[in-house]
Amino acid sequence: MHNKTIAEIARDLRNKQYSSVELTRHFLDRIQQHQELNAFVSVADEHALGQAEAADKALAAGDAPLLTGIPIGQKDIFCTRGIKTSCGSKMLDNFESPYDATVVEKFKQNGAVMPGKLNMDEFAMGSSNETSFYGAVRNPWNVDCVPGGSSGGSAAAVAARLVPAATGTDTGGSIRQPSSLCGITGLKPTYGRVSRYGMIAFASSLDQAGPMTRNAEDAAILLQAMAGFDGKDSTSVEQDVPDYRAELNNSLQGLKIGIPKEFFSSDLNADIAAVVNSAIAEYQKLGAELVEVSIPSLNQSIPVYYVIAPAECSANLSRFDGVRFGYRCENPQDLADLYTRSRGEGFGAEVKRRILMGTYALSAGYYDAYYLKAQKIRRMISEDFKKALSQADVLMGPVSPSTAFGIGEKTGDPIEMYLSDIYTIGVNLAGLPGMSVPAGFVDNKPVGLQIIGDYFAESRLLNVAHQFQQVTDWHQQIPQGFE
Amino acid sequence: MEWETVIGLEIHAQLATKSKIFSAASTAYGAEPNTQACAVDLGLPGVLPVLNQKAVRMAVKFGLAIDAEIAPYSVFARKNYFYPDLPKGYQISQFELPIVGLGHLDIEVDGEEKRIGVTRAHLEEDAGKSLHEDFHGLTGIDLNRAGTPLLEIVSEPDMRSAKEAVAYMRKLHELVRYLEICDGNMQEGSFRCDANVSVRPKGQAEFGTRAEIKNINSFKFVEKAINHEIERQIDVIEGGGQVVQETRLYDANKDETRSMRSKEEANDYRYFPDPDLLPVHIEDALKQEIQATLPELPAAKKQRFINDYQLDNEAANTLTSSRELADYFESVVKQSGCETKMCANWVTGDLLGALNKAALEITQSPIENERLAGLLTRIADNTISGKIAKQVFEEMWKGEQSADEIIESKGLKQITDSGAIEAIIDTIIANNPNQVEQYLGGKDKVFGFFVGQVMKETQGKANPGEVNKMLKAKLKR
Repeated sequence: MHNKTIAEIARDLRNKQYSSVELTRHFLDRIQQHQELNAFVSVADEHALGQAEAADKALAAGDAPLLTGIPIGQKDIFCTRGIKTSCGSKMLDNFESPYDATVVEKFKQNGAVMPGKLNMDEFAMGSSNETSFYGAVRNPWNVDCVPGGSSGGSAAAVAARLVPAATGTDTGGSIRQPSSLCGITGLKPTYGRVSRYGMIAFASSLDQAGPMTRNAEDAAILLQAMAGFDGKDSTSVEQDVPDYRAELNNSLQGLKIGIPKEFFSSDLNADIAAVVNSAIAEYQKLGAELVEVSIPSLNQSIPVYYVIAPAECSANLSRFDGVRFGYRCENPQDLADLYTRSRGEGFGAEVKRRILMGTYALSAGYYDAYYLKAQKIRRMISEDFKKALSQADVLMGPVSPSTAFGIGEKTGDPIEMYLSDIYTIGVNLAGLPGMSVPAGFVDNKPVGLQIIGDYFAESRLLNVAHQFQQVTDWHQQIPQGFE
Repeated sequence: MEWETVIGLEIHAQLATKSKIFSAASTAYGAEPNTQACAVDLGLPGVLPVLNQKAVRMAVKFGLAIDAEIAPYSVFARKNYFYPDLPKGYQISQFELPIVGLGHLDIEVDGEEKRIGVTRAHLEEDAGKSLHEDFHGLTGIDLNRAGTPLLEIVSEPDMRSAKEAVAYMRKLHELVRYLEICDGNMQEGSFRCDANVSVRPKGQAEFGTRAEIKNINSFKFVEKAINHEIERQIDVIEGGGQVVQETRLYDANKDETRSMRSKEEANDYRYFPDPDLLPVHIEDALKQEIQATLPELPAAKKQRFINDYQLDNEAANTLTSSRELADYFESVVKQSGCETKMCANWVTGDLLGALNKAALEITQSPIENERLAGLLTRIADNTISGKIAKQVFEEMWKGEQSADEIIESKGLKQITDSGAIEAIIDTIIANNPNQVEQYLGGKDKVFGFFVGQVMKETQGKANPGEVNKMLKAKLKR
């Protein structure tokens, strides 16, 4: 059961090969068996089985939505009514949201079962899932390695077949990088495509939720459920949602693939370059043409990101003050003590580091030099991407400069950690959609290919990924011990 | 040394929307604490603001009314500071690009007109309230007010006295109520004022160091607070000291201002554009649409009252001080068909006098405009005299009867039968030979005695003009 895709499970449920309750029990058992991965922050057995029972009734009645009865894991950044929403932080270890995020609500409307909440870097700040208050998640391909981050729990759970699919969020690569490191398919949609309401904000102008699945078709199915305008999110875009599966089988004959030369500089690890290049060669066999393009401002993306994202997070995280919800220190002596100790004790080191950086960047006298300058360069980066995309249908390159690294290997060096996102951050700054698709292995560890498309070109990205998955089987590889 | 005062005001007008500026929760005043604060107002994790378009329209309406530039593109910004009644740890406000740019408002002080510049007006959300009583040393937080839409209206430092500041504040208060964008209720905090005050030697070009007096919530206190602050600053300087830039709080009970925080302690608000909200675009079409909804503004109305009703400046000022009063007056004129000056006298004199005494607004007047018009009609057609009319007015104030009903039931109708009056006059002349002699001997004052006697005999119901005329004829010297 657990090796099936969503499309297959949906068919099986309708053919009564097994019930949603059986399916849900099976996955709950697997979650239980593989606690060593630390992929989940909360497991919602009863809740999930209740939903599964309801789903079985709906399936029996007929005309149930496609996702009915299928367990989908939620990253613990999405507010879920009645189930703890921690965002990977001690600050919210006691927080139960009184409302559901729009994404959660949409999955409910689509009949999906929610088996639990997935581990993540604290407030989505990290590239290894090591900043979580609940501890590091282990990579199923090598349990001594990180799964990537911040959606590390989601990536590990999907790769280990603890859930058929999961949600993630991507602010600087947090869907694509862990997807690459865990050998799954991840899609960060265009900024504004999926509602951010109820998704705990890290950097509001960059955050975007998306699916993390085992293949492109499943990603299309999940995105179908997630996407759409939401009146509760002013930055969500009022644009029709296409049928994301409609173009999956389109031919790639004549597809123009832009190869940004900055993605293939001498800094890129040769083994990873080889995997990416052979994937691109596969596309040529499918009839695609290569065009060299350039994104000259790409090397600015990390510094720009590390001004804008911390600046936004420094304000977004001000609400965690110990007053209304979340962690409150013991016996506060006065207001200042309440604030400083609640925040000092409730936040982890990486979160504090970013709040401090952001506060500094926005301070009087520094605003122009940092925040304003960063916004200007951000526009340049967008322009560079737009120009590249005017010369090609999609762009391709690596997702991450390395494969999964060892737990603890980079925790002492934040800058080294930040560089993990060098190929993914530009896409967030430009607001474009991007995907990570399994493309091979280096030393038994998965490597992803990044595909970047134009605004709202998710259908095209899914088509390009799906066609690749018709002629390769990297996405079907199962980590040892999780077969 | 002669000192000159420089004052600029920041006024927070609460916009009269039904729901909050970024959420659907109600803005109604006075509910149980925290019953009108939804997830967005509480700043729960994951919530997002959605702009109330009605608040935007009200801001544009205000801008158009003060002849200001309406920004085609304005931006919401986060103003960051920690306070327990500020749920998100930042206030959503506007900073670099406010919705309303430079405009102006004309005031009148001691008969002199003066134009006061309005630097800008911007939209923002209100914070909640901290409650310090009944919590045994702890602080309670009520977030009902959090997210209430405010228009912060910032003036130029154009005012030179507390009187001018009050005149400006009153004018603004009158305007926002005319526009129906703010209920102007100062007790409930719907219209609040911060004053920036400085002094400088008369003739000096540069401004002195200013102090900001926070949260003054009545016209009376604004004048007192500013005057107190002017005195304090002059004392400081004349005593050899220096005024420090700081925020001060006015204590109405002690009639003094005291320091809240100095410039050094001031927050660095770290404003930056709010990434959760899109910039606000105001198209010309929307401006025109809103322009068409503008009511007649106080200045135009006043001029029309002077021209059409031949009122003097003072009466026109009073009658146009609120839209409701002006409407009341105009319907009295229309329904009574009486001379406009008489209508104005009755409304500004008897009616406003009685309302002030009873601390009532025109909208709460016990005498509706129809009934007052009915009374004035009876004066105009000589059914009753002006003096009797005051008696009828008092009766009307107490009950619901019309002027006609009171005149009828109390038999107050003027005696118009000149034969009857003549007979009374004759009797009085016959019974008072001494006074007749005195009058005929040149003592004019005695004439009043005869008028009084006639009125006494007729219980005031004789037409005074008629009585005068007839007496003059009878007592011809």
